Amino acid sequence: MMIYVVIVFLWVALLLYLVMGGADFGAGIIEMFTSNKNKSRTRRIMYNAIGPIWEANHMWLIIAIVILFVGFPVIYATMSTYLHIPLTVMLMGIIARGTALAFRNYDAVHDNMQKVYNKIFVYSSFITPLFLGIIAGSAVSGRVDPQATNFMDAYVYSWLNWFSVAIGFFTVALCGFLAAIYLIGETHDDAERKSFIRKAKIMNVAAVVAGSVVFIASIKENIPLVQWVFGNFIGIAAVSAASVSLIVMWYLIAKGKRFIIRVLAGFQMTMILLTTTYKHYPNIIILKNGGHLSLIDDQGAEKTIQSLGIALLIGSIFILPALFYLVWSFQQKPEQVDNEMHGH
Amino acid sequence: MAARSQMALSLGFHIIFSCIGMVMPFFMAVSHFIWLKTGNPVYQNVTKAWSKGVAIFFATGAVSGTVLSFELGLLWPTFMKHAGPIFGMPFSLEGTAFFIEAIALGFFLYGWNRFNRWFHWFTGVVVGVSGLISGILVVAANAWMNSPSGFDFVDGKYLNIDPIKAMFNPAWFSQALHMSVAAFAATGFAVAGVHALMIMRKRNVGFHMPAFKIAAVFGVVAAILQPLSGDISAKMVAKRQPAKLAAMEAHFKTEPYSSLIIGGIPDIKNKKVDYAIELPGMLSFMVHDDFKTPVTGLDQIPEKDQPPIAVTHYAFQLMVALGMLMMGLGIIYLIAIFKKKSWFDKRWFLKLFIWATPIGFIAVEAGWAVTEVGRQPWIIQGVMRTADAVTPMPGIGYSFYLFTAVYFTLSLAVIFLLYRQIKMVPEIYDTKTVAH
Repeated sequence: MMIYVVIVFLWVALLLYLVMGGADFGAGIIEMFTSNKNKSRTRRIMYNAIGPIWEANHMWLIIAIVILFVGFPVIYATMSTYLHIPLTVMLMGIIARGTALAFRNYDAVHDNMQKVYNKIFVYSSFITPLFLGIIAGSAVSGRVDPQATNFMDAYVYSWLNWFSVAIGFFTVALCGFLAAIYLIGETHDDAERKSFIRKAKIMNVAAVVAGSVVFIASIKENIPLVQWVFGNFIGIAAVSAASVSLIVMWYLIAKGKRFIIRVLAGFQMTMILLTTTYKHYPNIIILKNGGHLSLIDDQGAEKTIQSLGIALLIGSIFILPALFYLVWSFQQKPEQVDNEMHGH
Repeated sequence: MAARSQMALSLGFHIIFSCIGMVMPFFMAVSHFIWLKTGNPVYQNVTKAWSKGVAIFFATGAVSGTVLSFELGLLWPTFMKHAGPIFGMPFSLEGTAFFIEAIALGFFLYGWNRFNRWFHWFTGVVVGVSGLISGILVVAANAWMNSPSGFDFVDGKYLNIDPIKAMFNPAWFSQALHMSVAAFAATGFAVAGVHALMIMRKRNVGFHMPAFKIAAVFGVVAAILQPLSGDISAKMVAKRQPAKLAAMEAHFKTEPYSSLIIGGIPDIKNKKVDYAIELPGMLSFMVHDDFKTPVTGLDQIPEKDQPPIAVTHYAFQLMVALGMLMMGLGIIYLIAIFKKKSWFDKRWFLKLFIWATPIGFIAVEAGWAVTEVGRQPWIIQGVMRTADAVTPMPGIGYSFYLFTAVYFTLSLAVIFLLYRQIKMVPEIYDTKTVAH
């Protein structure tokens, strides 16, 4: 029974990382596509928005990875062996991004170094979700091959294929989309609002294009993605719900709504993650030889799952209310953060 | 070998970042407390300045910790496949503690003038306490590798796994105590040293003197307590890992009245130590509480199960020597506080602390080398060998070069940033008309 608690936590942690962390990466992606004269304003709005919860957003990845290595060690070991290279690149991105953000916020001297921090921040905001997507795509692409005999098959072609790379770009577009939708609600300036809406449109189009490319790539690589998504009721329902909510969201953006559009964007992410995980649940890694690693068959010892489930439940009692209060209390007066950090 | 070097490098950096990130919030909370009680704005400035340091170190500690949680699998997949479910418990709790720390830090850094003053102070304390708890949990996981428990190892299979028992393995307490106290001592001396330098250069003495005193008190108390926890740790090592203890001491021959060997150059071939000070019977006394009982020497341990003797011995000697040095400084500091207040203005006194800036962290790194190198050739003491745990992927060397370059750049960047923080102290904190 406890195994399902653990699986739900894993899924929710991934979802929250996609939504919260994704919006966070997206802020960097948006900055990348902002004209130079508006960059510093965008940066300030973004910083007000994500500053206080920045560290917390990225804890979800740690939670997910800890659940994997404690509860599903075989899956963790397989991933980290055969997807070693993209994982390392992603880690580099995480290091670069986290430190660049901290440096640009806390460096006491404001000079040309800020440009360096910004560059690093922007590029790593792009690379990290790209490789996260590649890793997620590779897990289900059926290219992970423990029987491979040469270096390229085992460690490179496991992730370097059209399908995984397309998912990488799809993830990047989603992050940008999330951030733009989030930032729409953060500004009170009409021109800025318009500019974020335009960016959200561009990112929306980019996500649709990248999503289509994912389908084309899946056909080229013989991955039954169409069947996974459209071959079952849940998949069709989730895709329809996401599409309807997207239309509603754009309508509400035009109406000037701030908060509900975030909820809808989050809902769309939930639906995307649901369709992409539902059909092959509980299988999480599909291997080249047709075999797979499953959350049910490859779980750790029973006692471990028991105590992991209890630890997660207890942890969430502490974490969730505190996190909620943090987000809530900084939603009240976002301007003050600005004065505080730039006051001197 | 490259995998081991990469792991050593990552941990070596993480240990520094996280020690500072875990201990500085306590300094911050004390200074914050004094400010709330006395209303003296100097203490508010010190708190704010330190909180920026905490933010920088927390961010770097958090990313280096994220990297480590992946590296465990990237470098040691076989180890994690078997060990993950057994010693994962502290990691999952650590996830919680760390998460709380991140939330509390959000409250603290952005909460000036926003919340009830004491609630704000409390969030700062939570940062420190949850940081300390996560540190203890991670060390408990490491202690499990030294004294594996909570499972039965039968015919190469790991059966009857009990993660709670694994977490409270026999070594967890002694190791966690030793590491926590070490973190306080090292960070205390490091922070005090930086402020001492500023005092000596007559820069904003009014700001740096209180900061120096708070940091130094933490460092001094920890340094004086540390030998006690060291003794507890050493007894545990003697019981669980005789090979490690023997290597630490370069103790080759098992015989009654085993002597404590101080310094010296171990001559592995002839199984003796040259140029060392030997105190007969002392080792027996320290391990067994009497002078006669023999202490297991390296002659009792098959060569294939012996750790690298020279490295372990030197690292241990270095750690003890630096620990003693810090304790000595601690005593001088106490004399200054209680008897000789004028010493605080003396150049030689400040110089001592300036020279001592890095020694705590050198001792931490040395001590960590003792515990890791001393456990070799095992990754799980007596159960799994490091060589059997490493990733099958070829070309790990390149990964090592990459991480070396990254960490090297990162530490330069952190030093650069702290230098600029300190340089800006006059402009940000010295005017009485602080913006907020």
